[in-house]
Amino acid sequence: MAFSFFRSNTSGFRGGIVLEGHKLYGEAGQTRQAPIPAELIFPLEQHIGQAARPTVTVGQKVLRGDVLARADGLISAPIHASTSGTIAAIEERPVPHASQLKARCVVLQSDGQDQSRAEPLWQVPENPLAISHEALIDIVRQAGIVGLGGAAFPSAVKLNPKDTSATDTLILNGAECEPYISCDGAAMVENADDIARGALLLKTLTHARQVMVGIEDQNTTAIASMQKAIAKLGDGCICVKPVATRYPQGGEKQLIQSLTGLEVPSEGLPIDIGIVVHNVATAAAIWNAVANGRALTERVVTVAGSGVKQPANLRVRIGTPIRDLIAFCGGYQPDVEYRLLMGGPMMGFDLAGDSLPIVKATNCILAGSTQDLAPPPDPMPCIRCGDCVEVCPAGLLPQQLYWHARAHEFEQTQKLNLADCIECGCCAEVCPSNIPLVQYYRFAKTEIRVADQERRKADQARARHEFRLERLERAKLAKEEARRRKREELAARQAAQKAAASTDADATASKAPPSSTKAAASPAVQAALAKARQRQEMERSESSASQPEARKTAKSINALDALKSTAARPDS
Amino acid sequence: MMRSSPWLHRRRSVDHVMRDVLFALIPGAALSTHLHGVGVLWNLLLCVSSAALVEAVLLHMRQRPVRKHIADLSGTLTAVLLALSLPPWLPWWQPVLATVFAVSLGKQLFGGLGYNPFNPAMLGYVVLLISVPVNMSAWPAHTADAASAWPYVFGQIGVADLDGLTAATPLDSVRTGLSQQLTLGELLPQLDHHHHLLLALGWLIGGIYMLARRVISWRTPMAMLLGLTLPAALFSVIDGDRFAGPGFHLLYGATIFGAIFIATDPVTSSTTPRGRLIFGFGVGFLTWLIRSFGAYPDGVAFAILLMNICAPMIDRYTPTRVYGTGKGLSPKLRRPS
Repeated sequence: MAFSFFRSNTSGFRGGIVLEGHKLYGEAGQTRQAPIPAELIFPLEQHIGQAARPTVTVGQKVLRGDVLARADGLISAPIHASTSGTIAAIEERPVPHASQLKARCVVLQSDGQDQSRAEPLWQVPENPLAISHEALIDIVRQAGIVGLGGAAFPSAVKLNPKDTSATDTLILNGAECEPYISCDGAAMVENADDIARGALLLKTLTHARQVMVGIEDQNTTAIASMQKAIAKLGDGCICVKPVATRYPQGGEKQLIQSLTGLEVPSEGLPIDIGIVVHNVATAAAIWNAVANGRALTERVVTVAGSGVKQPANLRVRIGTPIRDLIAFCGGYQPDVEYRLLMGGPMMGFDLAGDSLPIVKATNCILAGSTQDLAPPPDPMPCIRCGDCVEVCPAGLLPQQLYWHARAHEFEQTQKLNLADCIECGCCAEVCPSNIPLVQYYRFAKTEIRVADQERRKADQARARHEFRLERLERAKLAKEEARRRKREELAARQAAQKAAASTDADATASKAPPSSTKAAASPAVQAALAKARQRQEMERSESSASQPEARKTAKSINALDALKSTAARPDS
Repeated sequence: MMRSSPWLHRRRSVDHVMRDVLFALIPGAALSTHLHGVGVLWNLLLCVSSAALVEAVLLHMRQRPVRKHIADLSGTLTAVLLALSLPPWLPWWQPVLATVFAVSLGKQLFGGLGYNPFNPAMLGYVVLLISVPVNMSAWPAHTADAASAWPYVFGQIGVADLDGLTAATPLDSVRTGLSQQLTLGELLPQLDHHHHLLLALGWLIGGIYMLARRVISWRTPMAMLLGLTLPAALFSVIDGDRFAGPGFHLLYGATIFGAIFIATDPVTSSTTPRGRLIFGFGVGFLTWLIRSFGAYPDGVAFAILLMNICAPMIDRYTPTRVYGTGKGLSPKLRRPS
């Protein structure tokens, strides 16, 4: 059975590196409630998938929990007001994204009352564990819950696999492998019960056989607190599994490998091997939505780095500008030059400024000193030391990918499975030549994506062109065929007339019946051919046929063919 | 390019790697000086200084930053490896010639650090081995007085006048003995193994240091020693009079030095884990072949150069298994229904 494929414990994943933690564990990591700011900004696109559509108008008053924007399409998530106030604007604002571009946001002016909606948006069940799988998916969707580990993939989609009986193992990801980030660690200490109940809820409703909570072995307080909370549930199939403290242990694929020994197929999903992974904070958010009717309007964010005076874990309303959090943490260290990142120092991206808001995906704001995040010395040539191969958790050959990406040999990079690169940055971290390897991979991936799109466009254009040529050719053939038939008919008629004349003249000749079939067919054929000709002429006039039109033409040509074959049959 | 993640970088660079290798060479070099005399240091001086000079000139001609690339210590390392491979007494222009050849044709003409297909030190060594084979086989007898060799170094006397000061190397004497129809049983006891054991230990200490510092991988040296000792063991069992056993091959010649310091050169060896095993094994096996059947007493240098040619191909055919592909494809977990 499945058990035989399980390694008993955490032999871990391939490669990876050991990084200094800089974590706020224990007392230092206790979550503090961040104040509600005067202005909150809600980017409409703060999850993977379609941007949400605003459902409010400027000037409208909203309460906490009200929908500001609804999900648009299947892979999308609604956005809720995280406090009460008035909609000040719906406009383009800079948003926290690696591209540093602007995007549409709903701006909420807080009224300071922080009033919540009286009624939840959905019916709160008396026994959360007794609701149906569909009801769970519906609540999770309505609550706007997305993966809180940083990817922000709509959780409802993850809970709704094509094969609803496919989930064997549920994994809760509590392995915060990036340095500085400790928000999940804090949640597992302070919110352990909600996480555990969320685990039980997900297990019950997805009919998973077991739940594993993966936590890095150095985070002993979280392990102890989660074990205690899970023991209260009295379900032996939910357990805490300490995993090695090694970056990138918290990568979905890596954690799956560490806990089960299995690998997610390349270009596949965990559900393909019967596994679903949720972040621990997501599990707590799901529990809160189902049991307490709360939409996702707040999250825990780590504010860290030597650029900020009092690093802390903060419970933050979604939409809070970063500068309010920094101010709450005592402000910036006056003598420290810093770089502001969202996320950790290995995979985070840098922010244009601190006016940007906290979004659902924000697990960490890192004001790292420019010393801590100092750029490496100038790159040297690759000396092929192979250190990158040793640490790559995806089992790739980073230095060969680099050679090919640098030489713009993108096909070669694809052959070497560039798509399986998770951009964890281990290779660049260890590279003694300080080559910005991940940037080369991103460049190659972008080029491949662009080329793919262009190829698809070119394919369409070519198909359209070939179709047009074929259509013209067929029209030409049809015309010739029509001419030939007309000539034949004419000849036949003349011959018949001649024959009739000769029989009249002879008066004694036997009566040979004229080819009756031909005579019967000819009016019908002529009518059809005339129609076809007309159509052809019309088509010729609209020479630049777009696809639907081309399809129509195809239909008419098919009709013509059918007519021809029925008309021709009696002839032969 | 605009900077993006990762924002952390290990404070370790090419010159740190090269420095670690240079440190690792200290015990062996010290022992070699102790056993062979100051000629070792003299060679080091000649090679290192001429390497720096030639490299600086070539970098300048190639319009590359001279100071940056001299400071990466790769040229120095090449020179040191070459110097430690040469007999301690040579006419002074020979080590210089070998170094110039190694640095210019072996490295800079291919594009400098990282781009050379052949191990530059071994190229320089082989150039001398082919051009001046008699000088290259003149290793000092350990009873020799170093001072008496200086006239030879400065060209006042020829290699023939060194008679009595030099002795055949173990590989040489066994080779000659075998060609005179002697058996290994008669030849081996005459060899001075203490001296070689000591030197091998010196290199081994450096190897352990580099393994601990993760400068080299265990794969290449281990595979090379295996590639050498396996056929040696097999053939010594078949014909013990003509084929020496694994111990002989491990102890004498450039085996340990080559396995630890030459075959592990990252630039010119294979980079994939499996590739390193194949590369190392190939070096070992070719060394054994050349020693047993070839025209030269030792074969490490040739074996390494031959395998250098194969390294890119080995890399190509020994890719790592990518997560989620191939054999790792996991069976789907199924809930017991």
